[in-house]
Amino acid sequence: MTFEGAVHKYGRDVDTDVIIPARYLNTNDPAELAQHCMEDIDPEFVSRVRPGDIIVAGENFGCGSSREHAPVAIKASGVSCVVAASFARIFYRNAFNTGLPIVVCPQAAHEVKAGDRVRVDVVEGKVEDLTTGKSYAADAYPPFMRELVESGGLLPYVRRRLATGDGA
Amino acid sequence: MGHTITERILARAAGREAVSAGEIVEAKVDLAMGNDITAPLAIAEFEQAGFDKVFDPARVALVPDHFTPNKDIKTAGQVKKMREFARKHGIADFFEIGRVGIEHVILPDLGMVAPGDVVVGADSHTCTYGAVAAFATGVGSTDFAAAMAWGRVWLRVPETLEFVYHGRPGKYVVGKDLMLHTIGLIGVDGALYKAMEFTGEAIEALSMDGRFTMCNMAIEAGGKSGIVGFDETTTQFLQSRPDGSRARVVGQVFASDPDAAFAQVIEIDASAVRPTVAKPHLPSNTVPADELADVRIDQVVVGSCTNGRLADLRQAAEILKGRTVHPDVRLIVLPGSQEVFLAASRDGTMQALVEAGAAFSTPTCGACLGGHMGVLAAGERAVATTNRNFVGRMGHPESEVYLSNPYVAAASAIAGHVATPDMVAAGKGGAR
Repeated sequence: MTFEGAVHKYGRDVDTDVIIPARYLNTNDPAELAQHCMEDIDPEFVSRVRPGDIIVAGENFGCGSSREHAPVAIKASGVSCVVAASFARIFYRNAFNTGLPIVVCPQAAHEVKAGDRVRVDVVEGKVEDLTTGKSYAADAYPPFMRELVESGGLLPYVRRRLATGDGA
Repeated sequence: MGHTITERILARAAGREAVSAGEIVEAKVDLAMGNDITAPLAIAEFEQAGFDKVFDPARVALVPDHFTPNKDIKTAGQVKKMREFARKHGIADFFEIGRVGIEHVILPDLGMVAPGDVVVGADSHTCTYGAVAAFATGVGSTDFAAAMAWGRVWLRVPETLEFVYHGRPGKYVVGKDLMLHTIGLIGVDGALYKAMEFTGEAIEALSMDGRFTMCNMAIEAGGKSGIVGFDETTTQFLQSRPDGSRARVVGQVFASDPDAAFAQVIEIDASAVRPTVAKPHLPSNTVPADELADVRIDQVVVGSCTNGRLADLRQAAEILKGRTVHPDVRLIVLPGSQEVFLAASRDGTMQALVEAGAAFSTPTCGACLGGHMGVLAAGERAVATTNRNFVGRMGHPESEVYLSNPYVAAASAIAGHVATPDMVAAGKGGAR
């Protein structure tokens, strides 16, 4: 899984209220949520973002609420992948569960600049800044997370487990 | 090396002798919960994935509390999906208007959480139930959908940070202040992926209400869960739950071993903590409340899953009784449940608040997340007993939220600026 795109850069503690404000949570339609993605931190984001672009941010990305609407909005806005120094734990789970590729890479998170073109290899755990030519090693997915991704997400995984009589 | 209470609970739920921090386990779920923001998405995913039944209708709770009573047509549609799903699957614990309260107030109050339970809730403040010595953690809609279908959840067993609170807190210092102080100390990701276990003299002396508040805000430090060990205070709370509820059946009680492997032990002098306020825009941005007297405010909110219990409303009423809300301030009180509402109407709490000039609402999360019942305009500022003060949390992105305990919120409502009860008593309030 490799993604390439232009970088939208943010700082640390980007919370779910700025990713998708609660005032828009009376729907779970991805296209509608995408219209308000990052609205309270970067009102121009929606008009600037291009399909395949990559968000690069600091520590604790996605902190706050459990709203899965946050990764859903990011994905529906066209963003291919999020690179951060660290992710808040519920966002981390939600990203895997909704199929938004995420990568933990503190060094890239701090050095990559807004507008740079980067290439991210999610499986190998590699971030390349094509603008500066620098390459960064990212955390590889833990084996269980890899199994989830290979199953096509959590719900297909659970369906398979239930089908094999491995229920509650 | 011994095990923490969190490891013990997760080992039981995973059907294992013992588990250690860092392992990934599949834990049986004792209760799975979702609200009117997260459940409609979970239901859509559940149905799209082709599941046709929930693992146990008695272990699923659907709580439409965020935008209810329905604030608009879209919300009404979302809540309708929950109602229909509950009927189809025989889920008795769908809480209709008139019965519904804030999820994290009503579920423990109704005795739906017992010590040693594993609870997953599609709401980040699910960690609240650690106050009854359960493992409880927030998840997203897909995890909730999976838990409804499977009755299990995958979890990485968290490392535990032990927070030891020495001494006794002073006047007007409650669980909220201990927790804000702690988040200020370690930061909003200071407990990332970890369990926060609260111990020490101040915790032993702390009421259940205070314990709920502290565990509730574990997520504001990035924590996976918060937990307080089982003791006499827990026992008394559980014994006063409704007959026949889960909490009345004493199951296996767990405790951390004396030689449990804590990732870190953080010692805090509770007697030195002052009434504390978190300034915009992070819960870790804490200062003593009396240093903010120049911060003028437009609104005060008392309520939420953090501070919407009877004790919280009583604390606000204690300060407001016989006094008047500042003419430039709107005071909004959101009780956490119908039971809290009723009790506050019987013991004089509601009267004291309404006579002082408060708007008293039906239970709802409402204003806390800028949903309804108290949304802020650009440039407006609120003191709130809620849990988050992120940009735009309570309304316009240029509005501001200061987090406090109910005493400080009430004193600020009187003064028209951030104030402590002592400042109001000394006549320093209201001079703006």
